[in-house]
Amino acid sequence: MSDNKKNKKEWPLFEVFVRSKNGLEHRHFGSLHAADAEMALENARDVYTRRNEGVSIWVVEAKNIKASNPDENGEMFEPASDKVYRHPTFYDLPDEVKHM
Amino acid sequence: MNKDFLIKYIYGIADNALILGQRLGELTGHGPTLEVDIATTNISLDLFGQVRSYFQYAAQLSEKEITEDDIAFLRTEREYLNVLLVEQPNRDFAFVIGRQFLFDHFHFLLLTEMQKSHDQTLVAIAKKSLKEVSYHKRFSSDWIKRLGDGTEESKQKIQTAIDDLWRFTDELFHLTEDDKKAVEEGIGVDVSKLKETYYKNVAEILEEATLEVPELKYFQEGGKKGIHSEHMGYLLTDMQYMQRTYPGMKW
Repeated sequence: MSDNKKNKKEWPLFEVFVRSKNGLEHRHFGSLHAADAEMALENARDVYTRRNEGVSIWVVEAKNIKASNPDENGEMFEPASDKVYRHPTFYDLPDEVKHM
Repeated sequence: MNKDFLIKYIYGIADNALILGQRLGELTGHGPTLEVDIATTNISLDLFGQVRSYFQYAAQLSEKEITEDDIAFLRTEREYLNVLLVEQPNRDFAFVIGRQFLFDHFHFLLLTEMQKSHDQTLVAIAKKSLKEVSYHKRFSSDWIKRLGDGTEESKQKIQTAIDDLWRFTDELFHLTEDDKKAVEEGIGVDVSKLKETYYKNVAEILEEATLEVPELKYFQEGGKKGIHSEHMGYLLTDMQYMQRTYPGMKW
C-alpha cells in the first residue's frame, strides 16, 4: 500500500542504454524518471541523445534489474583474482590476428 | 521583383516559431520535472534554429542592411506577425502542452505543404524542420493523452486549457494580403486548405485522450496583422531587453 502511495507522487526509475553507432553495443548511459516505458524512451531521447550521441535506445525499469550484492563480493569475485591462467596470455598470437 | 510580400510571408511563419520558442524558453529551469524541462527546452531550441534560417533568408532578401538579430529583436510589437495562440502565457503545464499540441499539428501540416514551394530556400528549411516538428507533435500529443486519460485533476486541467486556447485556432488558417500574394506566386502555402485536416487530426487525439472537442463559433484573431494580446508586450520586453540595453551585442 505504501508502495502505491509513493508511486502516485514519484515516477519510477528507468535505466537507459544507448547504442552510439551501428555495430557497437548498447551501453549504460544513466537513469531517469518516467511514468512508463514509452515516456522513458522519449525522456531518454531528450536527456541523453540531444547532442547526437545515439542511434538506438533501450530503457528498462530499474526494479527489473537483478544486481549482485556487494556484501557477497568475496565469494562472487575474489576467487577469480588469483587465476591468471584464465587469461589467454600464455601463447603467442600470430601477427595476422588483429583486435585481440 | 519587389520582395516585400515574401519577407512579410516569412515573418508570418518564423514569428510563430520565435514567440513559441520564447514562451518555452521561459520554462527553462522551471519545468515540472527535470526530464520534461529538458524536453521543452529542446523544442524551444529546435524552433529558434528554424527561426534563424528564416531570418537569415529574410535579411538577404531585404534591401536594407539588416541582420537576423535585427529582425528577431528590434522590431516593434505591431511588426511581429505571429498568431495569438503562440503568445499565450504558460499558465500551468496543461496550458503549455495544450498550446504546443494545437500549434504542432498546424506546424506539421504547414511544413509538409511548404516542401512543394517554388522557393528552394523555403523548401530546404521545411525539409529540415519537418523532422523536428514531427517529434514535437509526437511529444505534445502523447502528453495530451497522458493528461486527458490520467487523473481527475489532470483531465480537468488539460480540458480547461484546450477549451480556453481553442478560440485562437481559427486564426492559424487565415491569409493576410501578403500570404495571398505568396500563394499566387507559388511560394506560400494556402493554409485555409489545411483547416479540415487539422481539426480532424486534433479531434482524433482529443478523443483518444477521452477529452471533449470544444464546439465554438466565436474565434479571436489579430496577431497575423500585428494586433496582439496584452501578453505580447511583456514577452517582447523580456526578449528584447539585451539588444535594447546593449545595442549590437553579440554572444
